[in-house]
Amino acid sequence: MAEEAIKLGREKKSIFIDKVKELIPDGGNLNLCLTCGACSSGCPATGLEGMDPRKFLRMAALGLDEEIVASNWPWMCTMCQRCVYVCPMKIDIPQLVFNARTLRPREERPKGILGSCDMALRNDSGSAMGTSPEDFDFVVGDVLEEYQESQPEFADMQAPIDKQGAEFFLNQNSREPVTEPDEMVPLWKILHLAGADWTYGSKGWGGENYCLFLADNESWEKLTRNTAGQASALGCTTYLNTE
Amino acid sequence: MRKSYGDPIAEDLRYVVKSVVGEENFIDMIPNRSNNYCCGGGGGFLQSGYKEQRLEYGRLKDAQIKATGADYCIAGCHNCHAQIHELSEHYGSNYPVVHMWTLICLSLGILGPNEREYLGDDLKEVLVFHPESAM
Ligand code: SF4
Ligand code: SF4
Repeated sequence: MAEEAIKLGREKKSIFIDKVKELIPDGGNLNLCLTCGACSSGCPATGLEGMDPRKFLRMAALGLDEEIVASNWPWMCTMCQRCVYVCPMKIDIPQLVFNARTLRPREERPKGILGSCDMALRNDSGSAMGTSPEDFDFVVGDVLEEYQESQPEFADMQAPIDKQGAEFFLNQNSREPVTEPDEMVPLWKILHLAGADWTYGSKGWGGENYCLFLADNESWEKLTRNTAGQASALGCTTYLNTE
Repeated sequence: MRKSYGDPIAEDLRYVVKSVVGEENFIDMIPNRSNNYCCGGGGGFLQSGYKEQRLEYGRLKDAQIKATGADYCIAGCHNCHAQIHELSEHYGSNYPVVHMWTLICLSLGILGPNEREYLGDDLKEVLVFHPESAM
């Protein structure tokens, strides 16, 4: 019989899950898992890369940080929150996943997301396609004019950029102005018929925010402040996020 | 919207959809509301480079849509539209996936010929506003 209790492993170092617990309200309840599996059974990412949300949480709880860093699964969870909704303990797995994305150096995160974030940081648009405010202004003006002429019932329709004092600030996914500009028009028509006083912003019109998905918090905040700041500067009272 | 404000606010959108397509033509998928499954377009997945896994993630959503038997799927945002559109082609059902603004304008009779990219053949020629402006 052993005289002393057997000690397992090394000194407990600061592990990933503890850091996340400090970051989020109520520690995300990350300690409370009953291992019931409700999260995994309804998660569309279950099975990808041999992973599922319950397993991911267990790995974090066991301090298997290296394995977590090595896994690509955090990029396959969409952070949809369905697991939180069904969890009896309201455990915030998506926050754990989001923070797991930060464990890799920025340059080693998925190229497509990284590139989209960098594009958005290139100019004031905040567009993941790197489109400049000038190009956006040109496309919007051009398309508007074309429709005012070809559909005279909408001759008075507007699609303003930086209209001071407008009630609504509207953002726009970049794919429309860049690749399918006609798709912007139906929404303009609806806003026109509804009598909405709205505007785009020359700054921060891009609706997508890939820096958020990249888990580059500083850049995410920068883009968000850029667009929210423009809405405030214009005196808009409601921010309409189309994404 | 539902993520931030909960299920009740999403009922407003059901009201809009029903008003536009007619109560009898609206089919909710199962499960729905907060129990629904994400399509897989979110969280950066579309740009992550993991295409095969993304389509696998969306298998559930595609099956859910097929099970409704509906002719059209309405997507609430751009990410979802891109993903579900791809699912519809990838899994071979080819149901059209449309933006809400397209159906609202169609129902108001103000949808022009160049604003119909995502309508199926059954609606492409219906109530075309200023057909002469087709490009
Ligand atoms: S649903 Fe909640 S309690 Fe159940 S296994 Fe998942 S995280 Fe744990
Ligand atoms: S947030 Fe992530 S882990 Fe949770 S259900 Fe959605 S995809 Fe699965």
